[in-house]
Amino acid sequence: MLRFSRAKTGAILLVTLIGLLLALPNLLSPDQRVALPSWLPHRAMTLGLDLRGGSYLLLQVDSQALRKERAESLREDVRRTLREKRIGYTALRATDQGVQVRLRDPADSDKAVQALYALSQPLGGTFIGNAGQRDVTVSADKAAGTVAVNLTDAGITQRVRSAVTQSIEIVRRRIDQLGTTEPTIEGEGSDRILVQVPGLQDPTRLKNLLGQTAKLTFRLVDVQNSVQAALQGHVPPEDELLYSNDKAHVPYLVERQVLVSGEDLTDAQPGFDQRTNEPIVSFRFNAKGAQRFGEVTQRNVGRPFAIVLDNQVISAPVIREPILGGSGQISGSFTVQQANDLAILLRAGALPAPLQIIEERTVGPGLGADLIRAGETSAYVGSALVAVFMFVTYGLFGVFAIIAVAINVALIFGILSALGATLTLPGIAGVVLTVGIAVDSNVLIYERIREEIRAGRGVIGALEAGFSHALATILDTNITTFIAAAVLFFIGTGSVKGFAVTLGVGILTTLFTAYTLTRLIVAAWVRWRRPRTIPI
Amino acid sequence: MRHLHLVPPDTKFSFMRFRRISFPISAVLSICSVLAFIFIGLNFGIDFKGGTLMDVRQTNGAMDVAHLRRTLDGLNLGEVQIQAFGSGNEAQIRIAEQPGGEAAQQAVVGKVKGALGAGYDYRRVEVVGPRVSSELVSYGTIGVLLAVGAILIYLWFRFEWQFALGAMIANSHDLILTLGFMSITQLDFDLTSVAAMLTILGYSLNDTVVIYDRIREVLRRSKRVPIEDVLDHSVNATLSRSVVTHVTVTLALLALLLFGGAGIHSFTATMLFGVVLVGTYTSIFIASPMLIYLGLRTSQASTADDATGEAAEVETQRAAVRSRSRSRRSRSGAYEPR
Repeated sequence: MLRFSRAKTGAILLVTLIGLLLALPNLLSPDQRVALPSWLPHRAMTLGLDLRGGSYLLLQVDSQALRKERAESLREDVRRTLREKRIGYTALRATDQGVQVRLRDPADSDKAVQALYALSQPLGGTFIGNAGQRDVTVSADKAAGTVAVNLTDAGITQRVRSAVTQSIEIVRRRIDQLGTTEPTIEGEGSDRILVQVPGLQDPTRLKNLLGQTAKLTFRLVDVQNSVQAALQGHVPPEDELLYSNDKAHVPYLVERQVLVSGEDLTDAQPGFDQRTNEPIVSFRFNAKGAQRFGEVTQRNVGRPFAIVLDNQVISAPVIREPILGGSGQISGSFTVQQANDLAILLRAGALPAPLQIIEERTVGPGLGADLIRAGETSAYVGSALVAVFMFVTYGLFGVFAIIAVAINVALIFGILSALGATLTLPGIAGVVLTVGIAVDSNVLIYERIREEIRAGRGVIGALEAGFSHALATILDTNITTFIAAAVLFFIGTGSVKGFAVTLGVGILTTLFTAYTLTRLIVAAWVRWRRPRTIPI
Repeated sequence: MRHLHLVPPDTKFSFMRFRRISFPISAVLSICSVLAFIFIGLNFGIDFKGGTLMDVRQTNGAMDVAHLRRTLDGLNLGEVQIQAFGSGNEAQIRIAEQPGGEAAQQAVVGKVKGALGAGYDYRRVEVVGPRVSSELVSYGTIGVLLAVGAILIYLWFRFEWQFALGAMIANSHDLILTLGFMSITQLDFDLTSVAAMLTILGYSLNDTVVIYDRIREVLRRSKRVPIEDVLDHSVNATLSRSVVTHVTVTLALLALLLFGGAGIHSFTATMLFGVVLVGTYTSIFIASPMLIYLGLRTSQASTADDATGEAAEVETQRAAVRSRSRSRRSRSGAYEPR
């Protein structure tokens, strides 16, 4: 147990050295880190938001809204398909699962199913159980003479997933406009997005920017039907009743058909109206949008059209002349900030579905600094107390343990730096606990050595037996704790995960330092001093 | 130089005899904990209950908590708790979850900031919506159960099933007592508390495993010694380690408790209770004697006696154990399995 081959000694020292070098950048200032030779690791642990201050937002894609929107477009598709195929129907209504249509002639049901089946799309992806599934199912109830077109859960899940991917990109573009440094935007779970913005003290504006879908559409206002009738519930099927976004809450009867949408914008900039000096947003269409807008405005001179943002009418100007230049402006009694934000939103594009903020945590920089100080103080005080106690209890071997535990802590920071982990307050707690576990491993070995000495063994015999007997116990205790850390890692989020990572890494380094490194130190000491008794 | 020996080297304390005291005490404490948990309940933080938490600091002068309360009560936000802390210029505001889903929670921060106006520094703002909080509750519960399950499976593979069962009973006992402690003290129960519970679980298991490891080792070498004496011997042999380790853990936790700040106060307080008070007691007075009731010896009888390698040590152990066992067998014979 105390004999180490040269290769083994070299390997242990090399691992230790690499670990220490990986940990080194954490002790240096950013300037010193830059000055390090290029072959040395440069990566220091980044501080978590709880320590350096910043905003943490957890957003969730509103799958309910996505489903509703999908059901609505499905209803339009069904209506169009049946009309094209000349299949008569008496009722078309949205259900919880999708759309149900009552056929005028039940004999048409096979024909209808066949026609409507064309609306479904095979699901991509290689998820087990998804093979051959489609996003929509079509089924007929011949006795009742109805056909149901239902959305499948798998289809919705896939849409939510792709909505998350698209949203991450759009959220990034929106946040970049705020000019904050190093935001982290990543997907979490199947339908969530985690946004972390270090240094952001007041996330009100950010939340405002992320809380809007920013779906911009240009549509014609229906002037044939009366708004009054619509307010009483008689909304024509091709129209929608929308309200203005100002305090007046003016109702408009707007056609469902979209003339041009936000996707056709190439640019949007805040500015001021030259006559009224009001804040406005000026925009430019792409070629397709410009052509389309030109055609529509040409045909509808004298009619009002509505600029609709997230189902609210921003303004509804009357078309005075065809707008052929492919650019225009939106004015809607904005403040300067609102005009700015709207321009940002339009440039970044619309979210595929609304995002809900389901968790927010913001830490001011002052609190973070206080926490770091508290963490450092408690770490120093705790380490000092433990070190003194170990020295008093085990003397020289206590010093060996202190060296091993100190290297252990350095290794933890080295590995965490290499993994690119962030250091959070629970992470610091994890390190402190690891120190406890690491000390325990040394205590197990030393107590066993004491027992072996009492049993009458010589120096080498007692040391050998002590290490080998303690090994099984050290393994068992560390593996049980590691299991707890692993479970925490897999089910935990955010801070708990950070705690689990440091604890897990700490257990691995503890196994290495307590068993291998301490043994190497003791072996070196035995070879050097050739002791007759063990001062333990 | 003489080193500190917190436990004298030749300690031979008969721990197993205490099971007739420790088991009823633990049963009573467990029942009390369950009752406290049911009738008082945990003081759930916003992680599990949802709602808003704000740490505010008055930028000039002392915090006027009464003024703060008056202002916030005027907002009709339901239950609002305000607690001053720090050096008199800070307060923590906790606002219960608002009816009306995710968006309603988000509106709270704006309302409070609007009502308080300038002169306050918002050191921390946390808003947890109903969806996240209910998930965290189920994740927390699942996490603890999964961890216990995984560890048990490991112990079952490494030891006999009696050990796994004994450890499970001991651990449930620890968790129940810790929950009782948190119910009675009304410490905040949040995500870090779950982390604390899992760490307590880990530490307590650590302790139990160290003793069980020794029991297994002694059992293998000396199969004719009564189980009670095997257990007593094992606990005594590991006692010094238990004490030293717990002193170090206590020192580390005390440092965290005294200097770690208010943020981790409930974490360290729970840990101190769970690890130092309950965990140690459990592994010695519950987990080990439990093996007697689980009939460990009967299924161990077939294990080979491989004492040859360490004859000297085992012989001294046996002699000590035998002399004690002879005097005790008459008293506690009824508990010994055949």
